Amino acid sequence: MGNFIGKSVKRKEDVRFLTGKGRYTDDIKLPGMTHAAFVRSPYAHAKILNIDTSAALRAEGVVAIFTGSDECGNYGVPCGWQVNFKNGETMREPQQPLLAKGKVRYVGEAVAIVIAETLEQARDAAELVEVDYEELPAVTNPKEAMQDGAPLVHDQWPDNRAFDWCIGNDRAEVEKALASAHHVTELEYVNQRLAPNAIEPRSYIADYNVAEDKWTLYTSTQNPHLIRLLLCAFALGIPEHKVRVVSYDVGGGFGSKIFHYTQEALLTWVTKQIGRPVKWTADRSEAFLTDAHGRDHVVKAKMGFDKEGKIVALLADEYCAMGAYLSTFAPAIPTYLHGTLFQGLYTTPLIHLDVTAPFTHTVPVDAYRGAGRPEATYLLERLIETGAKEMGMDPADIRFKNFIPAFDGVNQPGYQTQVALQYDSGNYAPVLKRALEMVDYENFRKEQAEARKQGKLLGIGISTYIEACGIAPSAVVGALGARAGLYEVGEVRVQPTGKVSIYTGSHAHGQGHETTFAQIVADKLGISIEDVEIIHGDSEQSAFGMGTYGSRSLAVGGSAIVKSIEKVLEKGAKIAAHKLEAAVEDLEYADGKWTVKGTDKSISFGDVALTAYVPHDYPEGVEPGLDFSSFYDPVNFTYPFGAHIAVVEVCPDTGKVTLKRFVTCDDVGNVINPMIVDGQVHGGVVQGIGQALLEGVVYDENGQMVSGSYMDYAMPRADDVPMIETDRTVTPCPHNPLGVKGAGEAGTIGATPAVVNAVVDALWHLGVRDIAMPLTPARVWAAMQGKS
Amino acid sequence: MIPAKFDYVRAGSVSEAIALLDKYGDEAKLLSGGHSLIPAMKLRLNRPAVLIDIGHLSELKSITEEGDEVVVGANCTHKQIATSELIASQASVLAEAARTIGDVQVRNRGTIGGSLAHADPAADYPAALLAAEAQIEVEGKNGRRKIPAADFFQGMYTTALADDEVVVAVRLPKGSQGTYEKFFQPASRFAIVGVAVVKRNGGVQVGITGASDTPYRATAVEQAYAEKGVDAAELAAEGVDMMEDHFADAAYRAHLAKVLTRKALA
Ligand SMILES: Cc1cc2nc3c(=O)[nH]c(=O)nc-3n(C[C@H](O)[C@H](O)[C@H](O)COP(=O)(O)OP(=O)(O)OC[C@H]3O[C@@H](n4cnc5c(N)ncnc54)[C@H](O)[C@@H]3O)c2cc1C
Repeated sequence: MGNFIGKSVKRKEDVRFLTGKGRYTDDIKLPGMTHAAFVRSPYAHAKILNIDTSAALRAEGVVAIFTGSDECGNYGVPCGWQVNFKNGETMREPQQPLLAKGKVRYVGEAVAIVIAETLEQARDAAELVEVDYEELPAVTNPKEAMQDGAPLVHDQWPDNRAFDWCIGNDRAEVEKALASAHHVTELEYVNQRLAPNAIEPRSYIADYNVAEDKWTLYTSTQNPHLIRLLLCAFALGIPEHKVRVVSYDVGGGFGSKIFHYTQEALLTWVTKQIGRPVKWTADRSEAFLTDAHGRDHVVKAKMGFDKEGKIVALLADEYCAMGAYLSTFAPAIPTYLHGTLFQGLYTTPLIHLDVTAPFTHTVPVDAYRGAGRPEATYLLERLIETGAKEMGMDPADIRFKNFIPAFDGVNQPGYQTQVALQYDSGNYAPVLKRALEMVDYENFRKEQAEARKQGKLLGIGISTYIEACGIAPSAVVGALGARAGLYEVGEVRVQPTGKVSIYTGSHAHGQGHETTFAQIVADKLGISIEDVEIIHGDSEQSAFGMGTYGSRSLAVGGSAIVKSIEKVLEKGAKIAAHKLEAAVEDLEYADGKWTVKGTDKSISFGDVALTAYVPHDYPEGVEPGLDFSSFYDPVNFTYPFGAHIAVVEVCPDTGKVTLKRFVTCDDVGNVINPMIVDGQVHGGVVQGIGQALLEGVVYDENGQMVSGSYMDYAMPRADDVPMIETDRTVTPCPHNPLGVKGAGEAGTIGATPAVVNAVVDALWHLGVRDIAMPLTPARVWAAMQGKS
Repeated sequence: MIPAKFDYVRAGSVSEAIALLDKYGDEAKLLSGGHSLIPAMKLRLNRPAVLIDIGHLSELKSITEEGDEVVVGANCTHKQIATSELIASQASVLAEAARTIGDVQVRNRGTIGGSLAHADPAADYPAALLAAEAQIEVEGKNGRRKIPAADFFQGMYTTALADDEVVVAVRLPKGSQGTYEKFFQPASRFAIVGVAVVKRNGGVQVGITGASDTPYRATAVEQAYAEKGVDAAELAAEGVDMMEDHFADAAYRAHLAKVLTRKALA
């Protein structure tokens, strides 16, 4: 209707970010604020024999020191998602204590907290805390953790198993289909552990106010309300209405700031003990050691095909690391956010996944951009690509053969998968067609053959993906084990002058909500975008919201706002009708005013707003004010999809991979701001490339992290990636008012297998079939020597 | 990322720096560009009680000719070295190496003296200095001495420099024209392997860094070059223990040494 939806409006929040005026937690300095430093375990697994804090307590500036033997040692943070064993038993759920008690279970686990007047003093004193450990053997690899005799993470569970789980058709049936398949492709690989690396390290300030008996927690979180609930009701047992959780600007999360971390609860406990505010900000080393990691699946998978290349069955067994404790959403990631995507875009009739999720002597593993879906896409896309090549088929053709036929979810029903989900709407062939066109696929094969003659190794790799976004509806996720609802709330508060304040329960940490949401509001109300302010990140301003992850903000949070706008317009029309002395039915709303149809009699949005707050001449039976709040709980997830294609060149001498091109055609439903969607795709693709070529958390045999700094953990940089060429098709979501599907994770989900497929394609004629990620030059070269 | 407490002294001259080193003993560390020392201090891997700042001393900042040598002051930044006309025309191998170090900020701050004293096994200069047969000039209580590059580097973070000595200059024979081939470690962008070659009097001099825990002269390559030409590169890892890490195992480092040597010889 208006002028904003679909336009690349520049991001309103960028002025603040780019001029250093952001309001990050670490920027906040409260009067009397103290600083915390942690004493951390140098061992992956050890008994704590003794902690001597006497020297540290005498150090300059020290306010207090606490260990697991203090009262805080009795508290722990909860897990927010319950997965049951195949036999119905509940998962094993160790309490993650606020400070280690008796034992440490990963390198970096906090053993003591030191509070001092300054950060320097806290750090110095932390070094004076003497801890006697008895080191014990450790296991960090999820498959090894399940072997007989593996060191135990929790003594009470003698096989390290947190849970096992399966989804899909009957395993025996799937195995039977594989046994009689024309061709079976099998891969065994590791989807490696990644560190999330948000640019802003985690940061918290807890402030207890004696006069009001109230706490304020400033936290770099993706979901302030959920943190408040977990903190109050589960971790500390303090009254929820006495706690305000604030997270203004957050410098990236990628999932790692969804979770309720022990430090949030611990600082909230500490501030009351010492009667002063206390701040802690992770340094980069602590971020590597203690932010929840992503991925870490050890996989064995088989895909069976018939003669024509149609997939007849898919079977996978995975060991998925949980880490030492269950982080907030950890159990959901390799299960409900992973196995449920095994249908992909294909008509595969028989699917089965078995997951074993062990504890390991590592930092917990949880959601990281894409969360379970990149791992699913990697599995499907590596298998189908390899299958095509093994059968001498074209990797693009085989995908077209297997695509689910188009359905719009309105005239045709949604597509029921073998793995619980029902896709909303989809039209899969066009995205791949378009991506092939963009990359000039036909010509590429000629170019590749030509290049090979000159000793150059070019390769092309395709990946098509589907994801489940806009995580909800509450009843469904509840049935799947979520211990929270997954609706969203949006309040539209129209001010007397007609300016509009929007309170959303979703949370922006780089996504540009302040612009996208404002575009929707300005568009629907026909007002200027400058007249709209988006407010988020304060539990005392917005009603109880669910935060941002799983590409849910626009589809769920945006829809809640739309519902409220509709209510505003409905009530506004009554006021307008009264002022215009007309019937509501005779009014139309456009360009920010109500007009009596067929006349020039009109009243502006601003005048109606003023009337609502100065109700002197006012319709009978209508309440003053123009302020509506709505909760939106969608009927289904949304299902964006797309095709990514990578073109690579491999150096024959060194094995170094150079990305020549990266092409995407995504379908994220309707698009509010194309520039922001492109940005999300760019960032996501680069993270996906990072996993394929560069990144990986490495633990040594003692459980020490050897990749705990930017000297040892390779992040993608601008010169590692080519210009990313993006395009889109639009298949609207049939079940939300905006028709949007979500775009936050698509890039990461699609990119990784495209790159690996491309490298394997470049080397296929040398006998290379698979290379372990990240595809370092050393690994690629070894594979070229037949040593992979 | 906060260092332990330390005191800071600004030395007024090299001799004052030496006197201060003598006074504080192993409590003290010299500070020049701070681009190796400060990161290590922030991680508390290094915790000197006193920093003796020599970074501003202009007596160590010049690049001059002395007879047959180009003399590069210890305080010269990587940027200065990469852009010096004298070095480009008389010791280009050094500029080639300097160009590949870190990023703009690092090159603007980091110095050759600091890099040599620090002796990171993956640092770039050592390859160039070995290939050029450079000498490292140091000054201590008992005056100055010149240490051939081949004797200076003794192991990982270990050099022939005594505790109370200051690196004052690097002396390269004129005509140290050559190339530097570097394979970047993707995270740190130091060298996984770096190979410098100087061609002189019909022969070649080859220095290799990153491959082993101590940078080395590839003498086997040099000896075979007359007969085998670039194929002598196959001997680049001969008799040397290669390092290993999660970016590159020993076999790959040995392979890279050969590939890069071949490229540098060509
Ligand atoms: C992000 C980053 C990337 C980098 N990339 C590279 C790279 O690609 N290749 C590479 O080679 N290096 C790299 N470096 C290291 C860089 O070159 C450093 O500048 C150099 O190693 C040290 O020089 P400095 O002047 O900064 O020394 P400082 O850090 O000040 O000192 C280093 C050590 O040398 C001692 N010292 C300093 N000056 C003298 C002297 N005159 N006499 C005796 N001892 C002295 C100090 O006491 C200290 O122990 C990188 C550094 C950073 C931070």
